[in-house]
Amino acid sequence: MRFYRTLLRLYPTSFWAEYRDELCCAFADRTRELRGPFAALTILLAALADVIPNALAAHWDVLRQDLGYAARSLLRTPGFALTAVLVVALGVGANTAVFSLADFVFVRPLPYRDADRLVKLWQGSEVGRNEVSPANYRDWKAAGKETTSSFSGMGAYCFHAANLVGAGDPRRLETVQATPDVLPLLGVSPLIGRVFTARDAEAGQVVLLSYAFWQSQFGGERSVIGRSVRLDGVTHTVIGVMPPLFQFPNRSIEAWMPLVLREENFEDRSDTYLEVLARLRRGVSAEQARRELAVVSARLERQYPKDNEGIGALMLGLRDELSERARLLLIALCGAALCILLLACANLASLFLARGAHRARELAVRSALGAGRDRLVRQLVTETVGLSLVGGAVGVAAAVAGMPLLARLVPSTLPIAEQASLDLRVLALATGFVLLTGFAFGLAPALRAGRSNALDALRSGTRTGGGRTQRLRAALVVVEVAASVILLILSGLLIRAVWRIQAIDPGFVTEDVLTLRTTLPLPRYEPVVRRAQFYERVLEQVRALPGVRSAAYVTGLPMSHRGGIWPVSLTGEEVLPNDQNMASLRYLTPRYFATLGIPLRRGRDVAETDSREQPFVAVVSESFVQRHWPNQDPLGKRFHMAFDERTVVGVVGDVRVRGLERPSEPQVYLPYRQVEDGSIIGYIPKDLVVRTEGPSERGTPGLLPRIREIVKAADPEQPISHVRTMAEIVAEETAPRVTQLWLLGALSAIALLIAGFGIHGLLTFTVSQRAQELGVRRALGAQTGDIIGLVLREGLALALIGTAIGIAVAYAAARGMGALLFEVRPEDPLTITVAAALCLVTAVLGCLRPALRAASADPLSALRTE
Amino acid sequence: MNDRELIENLLPLPPATFHILLALLDEERHGYAIIQDVEARTEGELRLSAGTLYRSIARMVEQGLITEVARRRTAADDPRRRYYRLTPFGTAVARAEMRRLSQLVRLARARGLKPETT
Repeated sequence: MRFYRTLLRLYPTSFWAEYRDELCCAFADRTRELRGPFAALTILLAALADVIPNALAAHWDVLRQDLGYAARSLLRTPGFALTAVLVVALGVGANTAVFSLADFVFVRPLPYRDADRLVKLWQGSEVGRNEVSPANYRDWKAAGKETTSSFSGMGAYCFHAANLVGAGDPRRLETVQATPDVLPLLGVSPLIGRVFTARDAEAGQVVLLSYAFWQSQFGGERSVIGRSVRLDGVTHTVIGVMPPLFQFPNRSIEAWMPLVLREENFEDRSDTYLEVLARLRRGVSAEQARRELAVVSARLERQYPKDNEGIGALMLGLRDELSERARLLLIALCGAALCILLLACANLASLFLARGAHRARELAVRSALGAGRDRLVRQLVTETVGLSLVGGAVGVAAAVAGMPLLARLVPSTLPIAEQASLDLRVLALATGFVLLTGFAFGLAPALRAGRSNALDALRSGTRTGGGRTQRLRAALVVVEVAASVILLILSGLLIRAVWRIQAIDPGFVTEDVLTLRTTLPLPRYEPVVRRAQFYERVLEQVRALPGVRSAAYVTGLPMSHRGGIWPVSLTGEEVLPNDQNMASLRYLTPRYFATLGIPLRRGRDVAETDSREQPFVAVVSESFVQRHWPNQDPLGKRFHMAFDERTVVGVVGDVRVRGLERPSEPQVYLPYRQVEDGSIIGYIPKDLVVRTEGPSERGTPGLLPRIREIVKAADPEQPISHVRTMAEIVAEETAPRVTQLWLLGALSAIALLIAGFGIHGLLTFTVSQRAQELGVRRALGAQTGDIIGLVLREGLALALIGTAIGIAVAYAAARGMGALLFEVRPEDPLTITVAAALCLVTAVLGCLRPALRAASADPLSALRTE
Repeated sequence: MNDRELIENLLPLPPATFHILLALLDEERHGYAIIQDVEARTEGELRLSAGTLYRSIARMVEQGLITEVARRRTAADDPRRRYYRLTPFGTAVARAEMRRLSQLVRLARARGLKPETT
């Protein structure tokens, strides 16, 4: 019987309190007749069978009633219900979206087996990290073969783009060449076919396809295995297809080929181009592995002092590829989302407190009519949680819908999909946010309302919600104002940063330039004369097209090809590469400067006549002159670069090669013919730039197809890739920032709105509470202005406190994101002033209606209500 | 809402509710007495558990079908026992349910359905 009595606690408290004695009675009566050896067991089972289903059903009954009641009471105050749902949706939606993005980029495991044990090795020196030379890779790997090694495997790969012929139109294929160890290290098996073997690494000429490429070029036919494709003019056999979600090292790679390392590749230790991937042995810590690498590289340093001096081995996780800026961008967004959550919580708490105060009488009446306290609290909780759940569902739905908009913030350097997806963990997180907003900030007021003494409420008429509630609500308004000031200042600083970046002169005219890439395959195009034929033919015909003003070929476009630097020596003696003598190197055809709108300051452009038989010449940028011959006439000066002595024949304006936000090396431009056959192949001109008469959108009718025809006629096997306008390339520079700003801007606007409503709600309530006092004041002769001033002062005091707190926190936060601010100081007075002013204006607007209402109230009627 | 609509809203009654109404037709009873009465009338076919009974009672009290009576307790009575009786509304609802059921039976008969399988 005691057991049954305990079980009865499973019923809803109200039911239990009402019927527990009778239930015991009836159960005792019913089981009294039971006799026999199994009576105890039968009673036990009967108790369980009786209580559990009925308790559940009773809970369901109560819930249904409460939901019905909540729905009715919320429908009576649709403004409140809608506001609450929107506020929760906002907080939950913003946080779900931003945190799933952060989770996706920072936390979620990369799509390889035991991805956290995979590391990348770099050659590290004081200047930073570098790719690895084949010889150093071989020595590291040899050391790793020892049984005590920290690594269970090591492999190397490098990026390689190849022209594909033999599967539809010729096209440019982004591939990776990898040693046979790499794919097994990742622990991913091919969907069909096989991966590379040691024999492939000697012979080459096989290829593994990505799933997407297999689908698009071969229609997903399984018979693709064994088919031949021609890559850069060499026949390769397809040996396998990787699974759909596999990407390595990032999503742009469409095929993998074996990396063939021959004896001659190991000769030059200073030629660094390999990316090295390794897997930590189980139970080995990163620290142990680092120590071991230090020992190995110290040995190599002693063995090869000339090349390896100061070169260590740097070990980084796969996620460390993420740039500092991308990381900060996301962290800033997370911070903003948390601000919104804080705001939503404060607002919700304020809303529920006000509602609790409004309903105190209703609750008191119900309580007086016999509703138990538990029953009332339970009903309020149902209402709160119901509202939060609806708001949460709306928020999550909005977050899912908004995910594609955030795609720009997913860094392309990581092997993850383009778009964050919602997974169970993020949903759990979202539920957490809902419970936090709903329970913590709805429950407290509910409990308060349940606790309040029924009789007191009835006795005090309408004057409810004592001083404590008011002070709490005032504090919440301060929090709301502070949060919105923080958001406003941070977005303001970032807007100023983007403006500054966008105002930077890139050094060329971005409008009306179409660019595309034709990478000439080697070894076919190793002879300069063969390349010259191609360029001449294409350029001559493109320049003749209607609507084309000029055209030229260049090694790489600014902001697209950021590297490509070479040491400069004035004397011809060999120099060690360092910050003081590196210059950006480009080979080009004549009229490149005119096409891109780079101003020619002195001398002349390169010419078709600048051939190998003529003196070697160069056009240099102003900063190059400034660095080497300040205050001298640069024309006719000589310097050594790229294996030959060059004479300066022209000076042009500087270009932001490395992008708008970074300083660039001085630039040197060399005529495309003044190079030996098969030499400096990394700098062969491949980008065609075309200046058009009007806007050169990619869709310029007829232009692109005509250029395609011209290229096809010049070389039917030559693919075209990277079709973009120069304006797009420049816009890409600030695209992630602009996306982030849109988000931050939207969040700040919403925050401001919420804070404004918070102030409005609080003051409206205070004014109605103080109607009598205000009436007395008016009756005693207070003017309209006095009353308005009284209410405004109260609102503005809160706004000022909030603004001060907000400015302090924003300053601290801004100092932490210096890398994003691009020379805008965290204490930027303009931004802070504008943000504070915006906030105060909003506060005044929020105060205005309640103030006017207070002023226009009839003193007599206010007094009469007493 | 008038009485008719209120009654219509409650129909059809759950079997347990109908049986409880029947048990209270002739006299006031306490919970266990209701269980026994139902069991006796249905020849043991319907044995209400305590939980089911009181959940039904709670709902029926709220719906106004039955009401608790303050009844003089005999010496033999357990003081924890509470007695219930039908309200006029409860009687009306029981009648309406009966009408509904007999109408159903009439309809089935008219289609030639017989309870016994022949």
